[in-house]
Amino acid sequence: MNGPVFDIAHMLAGGLVLVSMMMLYQDRLYALLNVFALHSLVLTLSVAWQALIQDAPHLYVTAAIALIFKAIVIPVALHRMIRQLGIHREIETVVGVGPTMLAGIGLVALSIVVMLRVTPEADPLAREDLAFALSVLLLGLLIMVTRRNAVSQVVGFMSLENGLVLAATGAKGMPLVVEISVAFSILIAFIVIGVFLFRIRERFDTVDVRALDDFRGRRRK
Amino acid sequence: MTSLSVILSCIVMFLVTGGLGILMSRSHRATPAIYGLSLLLSAIAFVISLMHLATSFVDAPTVILPIGLPWLGAHFRLDALSAFFLLVANLGGTLASLYGLGYGRHEHAPHRVLPFFPAFIAGMNLVLLADDAFTFLISWEFMSLASWALVMSHHRDAGNRRAGYLYIVMASFGTLALLLAFGLLAGPEGAYGFAAIRAAEHAPLTAGLVLILLLLGAGSKAGLVPLHVWLPLAHPAAPSHVSALMSGVMTKIAIYGFIRVTFDLLGAPMWWWGLVVLLLGGATAALGILHALMERDLKRLLAYSTIENIGVIFVSLGLALAFKANGMGLASALALTAALFHIFNHSLFKSLLFFGAGAVLTATGERDMEKLGGLIHRMPVTSFTFLVGCVAISALPPFNGFASEWLAFQAILQSPNLPQWALTIAVPAVGGLLALSAALAAACFIKAFGITFLGRPRTPAASDVSEVDRFSLGAMGVLAGLCLLAGILPGIVIDGVASVVLSLVGDRMPVQMDIPWLSIVPIAESRSSYNGLLVFLFIAFSASATIYIVHRYASRTLRRSAAWDCGFPEGSPLTQYTAGSFAQPVRRVFGTLAMRVRERVDMPAPGDLRPATFSVEQHDLVWEGLYVPIAGAVGFAAEKLNRLQFLSIRRYLSLVFLALVFLLLVLALWS
Repeated sequence: MNGPVFDIAHMLAGGLVLVSMMMLYQDRLYALLNVFALHSLVLTLSVAWQALIQDAPHLYVTAAIALIFKAIVIPVALHRMIRQLGIHREIETVVGVGPTMLAGIGLVALSIVVMLRVTPEADPLAREDLAFALSVLLLGLLIMVTRRNAVSQVVGFMSLENGLVLAATGAKGMPLVVEISVAFSILIAFIVIGVFLFRIRERFDTVDVRALDDFRGRRRK
Repeated sequence: MTSLSVILSCIVMFLVTGGLGILMSRSHRATPAIYGLSLLLSAIAFVISLMHLATSFVDAPTVILPIGLPWLGAHFRLDALSAFFLLVANLGGTLASLYGLGYGRHEHAPHRVLPFFPAFIAGMNLVLLADDAFTFLISWEFMSLASWALVMSHHRDAGNRRAGYLYIVMASFGTLALLLAFGLLAGPEGAYGFAAIRAAEHAPLTAGLVLILLLLGAGSKAGLVPLHVWLPLAHPAAPSHVSALMSGVMTKIAIYGFIRVTFDLLGAPMWWWGLVVLLLGGATAALGILHALMERDLKRLLAYSTIENIGVIFVSLGLALAFKANGMGLASALALTAALFHIFNHSLFKSLLFFGAGAVLTATGERDMEKLGGLIHRMPVTSFTFLVGCVAISALPPFNGFASEWLAFQAILQSPNLPQWALTIAVPAVGGLLALSAALAAACFIKAFGITFLGRPRTPAASDVSEVDRFSLGAMGVLAGLCLLAGILPGIVIDGVASVVLSLVGDRMPVQMDIPWLSIVPIAESRSSYNGLLVFLFIAFSASATIYIVHRYASRTLRRSAAWDCGFPEGSPLTQYTAGSFAQPVRRVFGTLAMRVRERVDMPAPGDLRPATFSVEQHDLVWEGLYVPIAGAVGFAAEKLNRLQFLSIRRYLSLVFLALVFLLLVLALWS
């Protein structure tokens, strides 16, 4: 497996990492959601390409799920939610853009080094794919860590899941059931977090998770 | 039906009895029913194990029950070693149940005792039958938890709660050590069956590590110094028949675990194992009896004396290991026989003494010896049986304690033949420690008997008492009789355990029952021999003759003189010797070193009206030097880690994230 087939798979997975990096410096919620929709779209393309080259038609289902739910339904729903909550104008970062980007670059480098070291005898396509997937996963976690707003933490979580799907489709012979269950678990997590957001909002008039810390403040001192 | 399946059914029935104890806990018939059933079941198990030990020389096949780990099942096997310990355990169980029939009537919360008592006996039996590591550990933990529940049965007393807490911490620690030991034994393939462990080769380093872990695990349950601290608190906290079981039997189960692994599973021993076990045993014996001598609480005194006896047993086991490592089969058999004999004896007289302490507690409501005295007039049978126990545990002939300790000293006398200089130096030194503890034990039990039963009552609680019920007296009488029997016929016991010894060290002592006049000769006639029966007959005859002569030839003429005050010029019973004053010489000689004892006398100047006072300050060096720092370190770490409870969600996420990145970095740099 080489030539353009490999290059296109490589490009799509690398694109996903690139979009993850883009998400890192979005400090407005709408922009973040748009980039997330783009993220899911790139994932869809990547999965579809994998379906084509692995000759695995069930991966098209995964791609469709990613397109419908992650690229369309969830971003739209989150858009509505933000509008209802009235927080679409908020700007938030905890750590500055520069350090975050540097950390992101470091994480990508780390995951590539780790993956290339531990999988010397694996299929080169799966190998690259796993390295990119690990980067996406770590970047998603970094987004969750550097944000304070509950909505952007949800988005970080979703992008982390995208990384998981990328890893799953890169490996050959992943059963459909697993993918569907992954997709549904994301959906359910999304619903739960959505309900949770409204509950927080009702109680504290904000979705800033610092309010939760204040509320929990029963320190034993 | 094999003997193994009978005992297994007995165990199931014990558990059913425990369930019955929960069901009928509020009924007034529960006490006789539960103890009666326990009595019956342990008697059956006792008879079966006795028959197995006496008759069959082939081990019964392993029974595998489909419970526990799915790929392993629960293995049970009855061999000579298990049979011997089953005999000890079920003899103790039978007599404790008999005693409980009477003693249990005075229990104010029987529903806290009844369900756990049969379960406790069942747990001990299960440990003895287990033939794979998993079943062994589960049974071990079951036994610990059942006994913990019994310790906590009088939980309204703050002291008992503290004892229970300390006990469960130490028991969990011990089980953890055993878990690691069996993990090492099973190896990476996870061969948990004892047969597989026995067949496997163990590297010397692994074997040494297993021995250390085993000393921590089984030693903490048996009460080996410095892991003994829970024992003098927890054993007395339980009801007295349970104390008897814990002290007399459960510590032996711990020793069973030790013997099973070191002599059976671990392969050929190395000589330094014997040295470690020997030194620990010597320290345990001396420290245990010193603490016992300082004690004024009767039951706690007995518990400390248990520690001493455990030390004696471990000294014999260490000798057996050292001899076995050097291929001295006969000497090793002698030492192991001494250990097993002492295990049997200690279960007899320690149960007897705890029963006696329980009878005193029932009659007077007091455990503090300073408040007792003069009980011999009102509780003659209890006093007599307690005296038998005291004489036996002080290792005086013709009772059984002498026979086993004599054998232990015979084994110590074999030590000059050992090739390692460390052992040839250490063994006589430990022998000296053992001799010292034997003498101190005699002093300790003179104190226990004298202060409690002789003299005049020190408080009204001790003066207004009556003898306890017949069941308790019966149990104590049987035990006293057995102490005497085992003392005058030691050959029977030695021959009885010969098959156990043969299976463990590959050699045995010469057959003793063939020797004329029921003597025992451990090595050769020319070196040493002992005849308990002759000693007994001589003592009985000379004592009777003395009594007869005194009564026959003493002057019967009436003499009038000033009243002799018998050393009590004051009328108050408080002027009598107390437990503290009796212990003072020993306290001054050994206590200053071993317990940093300080005595303070506050004598007011003439004309000053305040009372003079005398106070003794005493430290437990093991507790202060080992446990307080550990507890402090754990508390400090917990205080620091407590902050982790109150982080924000983002901080928790960051922790996870950083941990992940750290692990990936390690992976990247390592591989």
